[in-house]
Amino acid sequence: MDKIKVLVAKPGLDGHDRGAKVVARALRDAGMEVIYTGLRQTPEMVVEAALQEDVDFVALSILSGAHMTIFPRVLEKLREAGLDHVVLTGGGIIPPEDMDKLHQMGINKLFGPGTSLEEIVNYFKEEGAKKKVS
Amino acid sequence: MNYNDAAFLTERIPLGDKRALSRAITLVENEDPRALKIERDLYSLTGKAYRVGITGPPGAGKSTLVNVLAKEFKSRGNKVGIIAVDPTSPFTGGALLGDRIRMGAALADHEIFMRSMASRGGTGGLARTTTQVADVMDSFGFDVLIIETVGVGQLELDIAGAVDTTVVVLVPEAGGGVQAMKAGLIEIADIFAINKADRDGAEILKSELQDALSLMPAIKNGSWDLPVKLTVALEGRGVKELVDTVYKHKEHLEASGKFHKNRQSQAEIKIRDIVRAEIGKRLWMNPSLKSVLDSLSGFCVEGKIDPYSAARTFLQSAEAQR
Ligand SMILES: Nc1nc2c(ncn2[C@@H]2O[C@H](COP(=O)(O)OP(=O)(O)OP(=O)(O)O)[C@@H](O)[C@H]2O)c(=O)[nH]1
Ligand SMILES: [Mg+2]
Repeated sequence: MDKIKVLVAKPGLDGHDRGAKVVARALRDAGMEVIYTGLRQTPEMVVEAALQEDVDFVALSILSGAHMTIFPRVLEKLREAGLDHVVLTGGGIIPPEDMDKLHQMGINKLFGPGTSLEEIVNYFKEEGAKKKVS
Repeated sequence: MNYNDAAFLTERIPLGDKRALSRAITLVENEDPRALKIERDLYSLTGKAYRVGITGPPGAGKSTLVNVLAKEFKSRGNKVGIIAVDPTSPFTGGALLGDRIRMGAALADHEIFMRSMASRGGTGGLARTTTQVADVMDSFGFDVLIIETVGVGQLELDIAGAVDTTVVVLVPEAGGGVQAMKAGLIEIADIFAINKADRDGAEILKSELQDALSLMPAIKNGSWDLPVKLTVALEGRGVKELVDTVYKHKEHLEASGKFHKNRQSQAEIKIRDIVRAEIGKRLWMNPSLKSVLDSLSGFCVEGKIDPYSAARTFLQSAEAQR
């Protein structure tokens, strides 16, 4: 079976990626191939990595409060690159009303603080399974 | 525009479509049925990229070195591609591919194409399909392809059969030249790079290695004296010299005729692998041969026949079927 491939990236300038690494490891332990790009990625770098690595998901961890600018930028760049099939998701300190707005723009599920790893892993498994069938 | 269509991909790759290249790599990696057409159709475009392998123990600084090597090759006017292999967990089948972290500088302007590969059960420091992926990347028009292996322990040495120049990266803490000899690294190395030379012991390791090398008859290398270079990949120190040494090795291979010879034996390996897989398919997937095998293995357990005679009987049935 084809592997589910996830790009985990930490855009923006805040310098702490513990959360992103924990999620990356959990997805690996669930049998996925996870490309981790490290800190301080620009939206352009994220999308170029998604293109070169041919991933199914881009998962962004944003703790800096810049989610309302970064998510839409990455989405726009993904579309420009023709990567409409790539699911954009992520997590961080994102208030519910911002989550709603981001959903309306076409960003997939977002995870707030305190989400269990299990919930996150299940989401990737379920969405990933749908993609691999279609 | 159908990036799931093999014919479309093979048309787009020579035109420089990175997305087509990326998808083709996925199909090759997945051993998808479409990959066969892609590999076949693009093969005539391969052979142009000079292939450099970077191998060495986990954490030696291979990715950090690839980062600066790639930039150096690029600054000399080359179009550079990178493949980096990281291990697949044998327990979960998942993999954490972290080599891009160290390559930020090389990847920043998007001119260098870098692809991570999970080893997916490949055992020699590469994935089973790394050579095929390298061929597809070659057809895209790279001048230099750098392949980083999984951090090798012992006997994970497939890289030498997949590239033109193998750089073995060691670190001062790695223990001396004797260890390198035991691990079989001297046999596969064309160049040694002692990385993290900012740490104590680099010079000592260098002279130990050189001592060990002076004891080795120059069987494989002919007139090529294995160079030992010091690098500090984090700071880019020693990288120009390392690239110069790669070019020297290339010249040596070309002047001595070994370049062609190595490539020919690599092609032979490819043909053998394909033949082996094909024979396997014909023998093991054939239902009537499967039932022959079932009864023969049953007879073996009952002590009615030994495995060697059973194998001969099996081959005779296979012959009779053709
Ligand atoms: N002091 C020092 N540290 C270095 C040097 N080069 C790399 N490192 C550090 O060594 C660590 C491992 O570097 P990587 O480039 O990821 O090593 P690697 O061999 O690719 O590791 P794997 O792919 O996991 O086997 C990182 O923390 C680097 O910053 C160097 O020249 N000097
Ligand atoms: Mg590495």
